[in-house]
Amino acid sequence: MTEGAATSIEARVEAIYRTESRRVLATLIRLLGDFDRAEEALHEAFRSALEQWPRDGVPANPRTWLVSVGRFKGIDTMRRLKRFDALDDHTAEAASVHMEPWEDDSVEDDRLRLIFTCCHPALAPDAQIALTLREVCGLTTEEIASAFLTPAPTLAQRIVRAKAKIRDAKIPYEVPARDELPERLDAVLRVIYLVFSEGYAASAGASLIRTDLTGEAVRLGRLLVELLPEPEAIGLLALMLLNEARRPARTSADGDVILLEDQDRSSWNRAMIEEGAALVERALRSRRFGPYTLQAAIAAVHGEAREASQTDWTQIVGLYDLLQRVAPSPVVELNRAVAIAMRDGAGAGLALIDAILGRGELTDYHLAHSARADLLRRLGRTDEARDAYQRALTLTRQEPERRFLERRLRELH
Amino acid sequence: MNKYLCLCYYNQKQYDAISAARMKEMVAECQPHDERLRASGRLIVNSSLAMPNTSRSIRVSGGGEPVVSEGPYENTPEPAGALFIIEAENMDDAIRIAMLHPGPHLGKYMDGGIEVRQFEYFEQP
Repeated sequence: MTEGAATSIEARVEAIYRTESRRVLATLIRLLGDFDRAEEALHEAFRSALEQWPRDGVPANPRTWLVSVGRFKGIDTMRRLKRFDALDDHTAEAASVHMEPWEDDSVEDDRLRLIFTCCHPALAPDAQIALTLREVCGLTTEEIASAFLTPAPTLAQRIVRAKAKIRDAKIPYEVPARDELPERLDAVLRVIYLVFSEGYAASAGASLIRTDLTGEAVRLGRLLVELLPEPEAIGLLALMLLNEARRPARTSADGDVILLEDQDRSSWNRAMIEEGAALVERALRSRRFGPYTLQAAIAAVHGEAREASQTDWTQIVGLYDLLQRVAPSPVVELNRAVAIAMRDGAGAGLALIDAILGRGELTDYHLAHSARADLLRRLGRTDEARDAYQRALTLTRQEPERRFLERRLRELH
Repeated sequence: MNKYLCLCYYNQKQYDAISAARMKEMVAECQPHDERLRASGRLIVNSSLAMPNTSRSIRVSGGGEPVVSEGPYENTPEPAGALFIIEAENMDDAIRIAMLHPGPHLGKYMDGGIEVRQFEYFEQP
């Protein structure tokens, strides 16, 4: 075999690793019953591929080949080490290994099993996130650590502990049954949205070297919709796409916050907005939608307005009404108040915000005070506006937010 | 083609003395042999057995009722630890195939060996 051909097979193995390794891993976890064993077997299988494919050619179905080889390697290791495994702790069951034929058509289910296991409620939220990025997305420990500004050893520990918990608590490798599904799906959606939010909040300034978390979250969202097209999964994907579409416009070159109404809408990603809006429609038609879909619907209304002045505030208020009914919270109420201010005038919005603060809610939430300040400014109540901006300033911890509030304060004079 | 039972024996004392670290190395050394045996296309059954002290034996003696007792049928320092079944043209061919198994290569570390015995009758429901 010529060197060129060998190199091209190596390139093919690499390409197959990128597209198939997570699927192969998900199935190996089911067949071998353990994350670590499956990972080792996955690497063994790819090592064999690098040895054998240049000689024998790439098999017709590389994924099946990789699962079979990985499984054999994993099982041979297990049965020969069972004396020692039995000494570690568990595993009367691991000591007896049965090679049942495996079904290629349950492979897509394996990917869902993997997602639900990584997001199992018995795991702490930060463990769910780390494990999902490691096992489902295939990010390295170092990549995840740098994305979350966590020392790599801490993150590695977190993953090790999560896997031990899965093993010790005997968390089953399965897609939850119908009756459990809504609750378990919520946990998965929360993990994906946390990954997205972490990337989205970090998208300014010095964070450019951080792994593209929003991209990973969108990929996860797409995978979930492909495997389990539940309305809220569709709604979450839509919400992420609609937010991601506006990302280039939401900060200036210096990392300063640019408000929605001041953004250059021509820099919004139209294709993403259209895809997001279509997904919102699909989720809404199901009539089983929830908070993610409603937030996406609100983002879609903004996305469809070519100018800030063309925003359909009546529709947005209506969507906030619905959101407040399915997922009531003071933050939703605050956002609704801002939408009312846009529809009915600053005074109407201000009364609602004052009512929330008057109940003792959101008093330490900087956005409540900056929204209130903004309405006071528009009403010409400059002194009160100044006080409110200053209150917001003492509460915010983010540098771009602080600069934004200071700018607003200077403009008051 | 005929079918052959290959019974793998080992010395329990020597086997027990192998450390976990050494066993890990040996498992890695087994792998190319495992692969060659599978690649022969003649392997019908591949297995390893639980420890002999977990066995129970059914004995029928003196025309009485069957009696179940704890432990292996025969207490020997060299029990069988694994068995595999292959298909082969004749005994020489069977030996050639059984040689592909890790046993003949790594058996020296546990005083092991393989008995190859032809099936006279083989039923696979």
